[in-house]
Amino acid sequence: MSAVLIAILVLLGLAVVFGLILGYAAVQFKVEGNPIVDQIDDILPQTQCGQCGYPGCRPYAEAISNGDAINKCPPGGQSTIDALADLLDVEAVPLDSEHGEEQIKKIAYIREDECIGCTKCIQACPVDAIVGAAKQMHTVITSECTGCDLCVEPCPVDCIDMLPIPTTLNTWKWEQPVPGVALIATDSGRGSEQRGAA
Amino acid sequence: MTDFLLILVSTVLVNNFVLVQFLGLCPFMGVSNKLETAMGMSLATTFVLTLSSVCSYLAYTYLLQPFDLGYLRTISFILVIAVVVQFTEMVVKKTSPLLYKVLGIFLPLITTNCAVLGVALLNIKKQNGFMESIFYGFGAAVGFSLALILFSAIRERIAVADVPTPFRGAAIGMVTAGLMSLAFMGFTGLVSF
Repeated sequence: MSAVLIAILVLLGLAVVFGLILGYAAVQFKVEGNPIVDQIDDILPQTQCGQCGYPGCRPYAEAISNGDAINKCPPGGQSTIDALADLLDVEAVPLDSEHGEEQIKKIAYIREDECIGCTKCIQACPVDAIVGAAKQMHTVITSECTGCDLCVEPCPVDCIDMLPIPTTLNTWKWEQPVPGVALIATDSGRGSEQRGAA
Repeated sequence: MTDFLLILVSTVLVNNFVLVQFLGLCPFMGVSNKLETAMGMSLATTFVLTLSSVCSYLAYTYLLQPFDLGYLRTISFILVIAVVVQFTEMVVKKTSPLLYKVLGIFLPLITTNCAVLGVALLNIKKQNGFMESIFYGFGAAVGFSLALILFSAIRERIAVADVPTPFRGAAIGMVTAGLMSLAFMGFTGLVSF
């Protein structure tokens, strides 16, 4: 009887100790998602436009961390590619024109007297930047709009324009200084891009 | 030192766990389709086998033996191996995402690898000491890795070869494994341990 009891107790003790170790480890070594995916996601422009072929920026970030090309993001343009190349320690490559051209930052504008209130653009908007209801006029919340173009296509009356963001006193910024010499390897690409733009 | 070297040669070549003792055959057939996955599996197995043979030795010597509970070794070793694998996976995931990417999916698979349990039980049967257990586990893992990597390299070549239709797939794999096993029989008598 006592031999059986000892056996049960020893095995129970072993299991309890292991359970405690694993429970401690589960708390101590908890990982919130994949850290590299978060860092890539922070660099991407969050337009959720899907021009890269993935349903949004986060899926594309996951794809990059699994080895996809870094040059599929037209809204981010060359600066995003350079930042990704720095983060992932790979060669910076030019934007893949298959996925679209780099454009200046735009936001959607709904010509409100032409809007028929079909809600189709609301369904297309990935960031819920369009307000309105059925048979009511819609409008764009300019601070939320990412300029992804996705609402232009579904509009049946073509009343959505993509307007470039005008420079106002609040949005005007000094131009970034261009270093005279390339300090690090990836600087060379960045400098030439800005010199070309200037 | 000669003893440890003998253990290594014995476990890697003469008593190769896969090809001579026929332990751990499921990953041997299962993950040998590509050289890359075979290498990941080998690394993960080497790591886990060495660690678990040490842990199960400690559990046996300091817990089961004092209470005269030798008959509980199988179930306690399974427990020890499962915990070691789980703990390792958590630590690796937190500390080294890169290593986790290489080993990650293989770690839980190894829990059910019979070579891991086999090494732990054979350590007890052979009455190996602490250092001997480490080398026995490590040697077994190296032998497993050697067989797995060689086999997957052969299978990659066979995949593009003109194999008669009835032999394609698993059948030619089995034939190849048998031939490799025959080849390893040539090491018999190299050392007597």
